[in-house]
Amino acid sequence: MKKKLALLLVAGMTMASVIGCGSSAETTAPAADTAADTAADDAAADTAADDAAADTAADDAAADTAADDAAADTAASGELIKVGIINNDPNESGYRTANDADLKATFCEANGYDASFAYSLKNEEQINSAQQFIQDGVDYLLLSAADTSGWDSVLQDAQANGVRVILFDRTIDADPSLYEASIVSDMRAEGDKAVEWMKSQNLGEYNIIHIQGVMGSAAQIGRSDALTETAAAEGWNIVMEQTANWNAEEAQQIVQSVIDSGESFNVIYAENDNMAQGAVAALDSAGITHGVNGDVKIIGFDTNKFALEELLAGNWNYDGQCNPFQSSYIDDIIKTLESGGTISEKTIIMDEKGFDAETITQEDVDTYGI
Amino acid sequence: MQNQNKSGVSVFLGRLVRSQYFIPLTALLLLAVFNLIADPAFFKITVTTNSAGNRVLAGTPITILDYGSELAILAIGMTLVTAAAKGQDISVGAAVAIAGSFILRMLSGGNANAATLQMPIICAFLLGCIVAMLFGAFNGVLVAFFKIQPMIATLILYTAGRSIAAWFNNNELPIIKDASFSYIGGFIPGIPIPTPFFIMVICVVIITLVLKFTNLRLYAQAVGINENSARLNGLNPAAIKILSFVILGLCVAVVGLIKVSRVSSINYSVIAKDIEMDAILAVALGGNSLSGGKFNMATSIMGAYIIQFLTQTLYKYKVPSEALPAYKAVVVIVLVIMSAPTVREFFSSRMKKVKVKEVA
Repeated sequence: MKKKLALLLVAGMTMASVIGCGSSAETTAPAADTAADTAADDAAADTAADDAAADTAADDAAADTAADDAAADTAASGELIKVGIINNDPNESGYRTANDADLKATFCEANGYDASFAYSLKNEEQINSAQQFIQDGVDYLLLSAADTSGWDSVLQDAQANGVRVILFDRTIDADPSLYEASIVSDMRAEGDKAVEWMKSQNLGEYNIIHIQGVMGSAAQIGRSDALTETAAAEGWNIVMEQTANWNAEEAQQIVQSVIDSGESFNVIYAENDNMAQGAVAALDSAGITHGVNGDVKIIGFDTNKFALEELLAGNWNYDGQCNPFQSSYIDDIIKTLESGGTISEKTIIMDEKGFDAETITQEDVDTYGI
Repeated sequence: MQNQNKSGVSVFLGRLVRSQYFIPLTALLLLAVFNLIADPAFFKITVTTNSAGNRVLAGTPITILDYGSELAILAIGMTLVTAAAKGQDISVGAAVAIAGSFILRMLSGGNANAATLQMPIICAFLLGCIVAMLFGAFNGVLVAFFKIQPMIATLILYTAGRSIAAWFNNNELPIIKDASFSYIGGFIPGIPIPTPFFIMVICVVIITLVLKFTNLRLYAQAVGINENSARLNGLNPAAIKILSFVILGLCVAVVGLIKVSRVSSINYSVIAKDIEMDAILAVALGGNSLSGGKFNMATSIMGAYIIQFLTQTLYKYKVPSEALPAYKAVVVIVLVIMSAPTVREFFSSRMKKVKVKEVA
């Protein structure tokens, strides 16, 4: 009986996984095709969200550009530049998915790179991968560290072995002489930009619901500080300040609790798009209008595609970008170093935009949506 | 006469203190009284019109019923697993992500921005149930046949689940635009009470009927108390353990449906984050032993609403973000200590002493 049951279950699960794979493979193919098409038109190949699509897109885009600059590069140097890329898990967020797709599109053979990728959300695993890459003799190590500490010894190893290190997205607590450059987002600047926009709206009175990300994360600290300081300086009223841990449903509950308490508010400052989405769901169920012609201004961050579409539809008001496309900056740095140049600025802060619902265009949605 | 009456009261009190209902009821009462004194408006229920034009009830009690329902549904499954498998399933959050993602995948047909539903919601939901039950069965097989500790066995899905969920949708974030999908996590037109509450009621009615008309309760408890003697009495412990995990899988699918319906989308890394801990806590608050055996479903469900009541109270009083977990932890510690068997024993023996004195 036991055995029969076990067999049955195993058979059932195998069936399910086979069916699951089959159907997803079928539907992925056309998706990848369309993604590749748009990518070919679009200079930024990062609109493709899934790995498969990104790969195809990269190949396609690469085929297009191979004729001009990239091919010339490889032909000139004769050999590929070996890079080891250590990143966080692409499933972590839309930001990471776009970031990974962007890196894969830039660091491909057609652009003169031989790239290996390693993913982990754990610092120790990332350090192991780094050691592996150093042993493999990569020329460059690109690193988005899971944690800020613990990197000194492995970076010293890298330096001893002539591996040059470039940090992207996240900084680490190590001596700056151990890496060539660090390309980061300035979360504080993102917050300041959004707060500046709020100020420019001249709302008369500001009653703000402030929905925070996971407490202590860089994005939360930067974006919270910007609002908290300006609110104090301008005399804005913070009706509610609470963490929703980047989570839509928690944000929904927080906004719901403010609605239940009967307090009035006219701005929701959510530190990412998902939380803004949850907040808007709470407003909808209470019949409170929001967006361009509504009673409540909605502010989100990270320029997810769905968020920019909400802006375009006038349901939200502002969305701040957290730029995941570091690869072109990294590419420039490597080119400069390869040609014998030096990097003047160790810390490079990327350009980041803020989108207003009244001025955003479909083109912005397609270019910057992640 | 009066003396007899008094002892009658103390007998009642003694029974109440020993009853499993004592802790959850006291906790609910304390929270209610606290809120009533601090601000009676906490309990105000008003009628508003939502953006779809329906007249609906609103107010903190409604919000608690609304959001607590998901946890209550999970508590049903978690209680059964705890009773039969003598351990907890820590993968329910990840499994909710899997079920939710699968349902969205079915509804959107693989197109992240599908304008129309690609299949009726009920079909997508039933398929989602099958997927979630298979994952439940996977956990169950690991626990029942390979004799792995439930917490370790479910650690596998806990780790991998969210990646599997993302894989179902090629890591895209599908958005369902059809308004009827949002009824499940919101309001059905013409009905002023949140739908999740009705779903919870249906789940409770079903499990009550199952426990009343089948031997599930007896078998689950028998396996949880002593697996060997259960087997010697002709039960199949493995099958019952797997069954409990499959039932939890069903609960997970229901919660997944509600969760993805609330915002008509999903975020793989944070949807239902840490909900497994709240579900386990609900079981513990219900006075159920986390090492298996006898269980009380009603107190677990009350435990779930206590957690939501507490969360809503903390939001109401604007506890700073940094301090939120600390406040929650303090309340939880108090409740868990109070519901610990040794403490309950102590109180009921005190009660007995009072009674003895009165009789004398």
